[in-house]
Amino acid sequence: MNTESFAAIAGLVKARSGIVLTPDKGYMLETRLAPLLKQESIPSLDALATRLRDPRVESLARAVTEALTTNESSFFRDGKPFDHLRRLLPRLRAARPATHRLRIWSAACSTGQEAYSVAIILRELGIQNAEIHGSDLSREVVERAREGSFTQFEVQRGLPVQMLVKHFRQEGSRWRVSPELRAMTRFEERNLLADHRSLGRFDIIFCRNVLIYFDPPTKGRVMNALAAQLAPDGVLYLGGAETVLGLTDRLVPVAGERGAYALAGAAGAAS
Amino acid sequence: MGEAVSCLVVDDSRVVRKAARRILERHGFEVREAEDGRKALDACRESLPRLVMLDWNMPVMDGLEFLRAARAEFGPDEPLIMLCTTESEFDRIVTALAAGAQEYIMKPFDDEIVTGKLVQLGLLGEDAEP
Repeated sequence: MNTESFAAIAGLVKARSGIVLTPDKGYMLETRLAPLLKQESIPSLDALATRLRDPRVESLARAVTEALTTNESSFFRDGKPFDHLRRLLPRLRAARPATHRLRIWSAACSTGQEAYSVAIILRELGIQNAEIHGSDLSREVVERAREGSFTQFEVQRGLPVQMLVKHFRQEGSRWRVSPELRAMTRFEERNLLADHRSLGRFDIIFCRNVLIYFDPPTKGRVMNALAAQLAPDGVLYLGGAETVLGLTDRLVPVAGERGAYALAGAAGAAS
Repeated sequence: MGEAVSCLVVDDSRVVRKAARRILERHGFEVREAEDGRKALDACRESLPRLVMLDWNMPVMDGLEFLRAARAEFGPDEPLIMLCTTESEFDRIVTALAAGAQEYIMKPFDDEIVTGKLVQLGLLGEDAEP
């Protein structure tokens, strides 16, 4: 692949998703796009770049973006945020009237493991009036998240076996999330760079391991947009390697909790 | 880390035992091997490991028989017993859990799955990497 082709594909992905592909990602482009090239009978990445110049190839542009921005996921990924969530949820619940529906947003939800992990915790805590909203750029993963059907490999990543037998049903070689958990969740296709105001307010937002692919101005913009949807005493979870420092002044770290952030100036940010 | 975690890998396949050993030793575990439930029981009597990684289908004494015998002899909490088997039917998993297994891996497994389960069992810290 020549550098022009790389720049063209990277430019397309950046424009559509905000995700920055640095030149060292050439190998990733090749491996991730190989199935698409085969499926579309496109002989090379250079040929693909040429095809993408035509603005009418919307579905191809979408497929390329999805192939390059979809990330692996696991249940209860990184553990710690979920331990914090277990302590936080009862307190948030108690601070709200019973009629208030707790709302949790799994932004960049991938195939749904994060959203369903939250659903499991809510159920184990006996919190019923709650909903989880999952969103992702990729139509394909949103559909998979909605199905809630996972391979044997996927259900063994991060999920203790007791939770597997309690919250999943076996369907042939796959495992499907129980109807109770699925009823608590909703999934939609959504670009993190879009206007999120119509989503309303969330008590908790997860947006982990996706901002790392954005350039600093975009990171700041997305963080501000997420902060705008967060309840005054709510918490935003970012990935362990991510920070708000120098990117936004609307969010501050929750003391002693890696990856947890509260609104700046919020009283009693939950620790 | 203090003393190395002692682990007994029970499987009639030498290849599987070696694969499991490689993963466990990379985490600094001390590994012994047994090729059936009977030998595993002997090994436990000699010295009780923290963790038993246990195949189901084996000659002489199978995994479920070992599990029941071990729970009867050593009690419900030790050693930690994690099935690691091609048996992937829901009912089989429930049977093993009811008999006192703490975890369950459906083969095939990889480093990431095993490492994740070791974290869940509290034998490794959250930051352990496969």
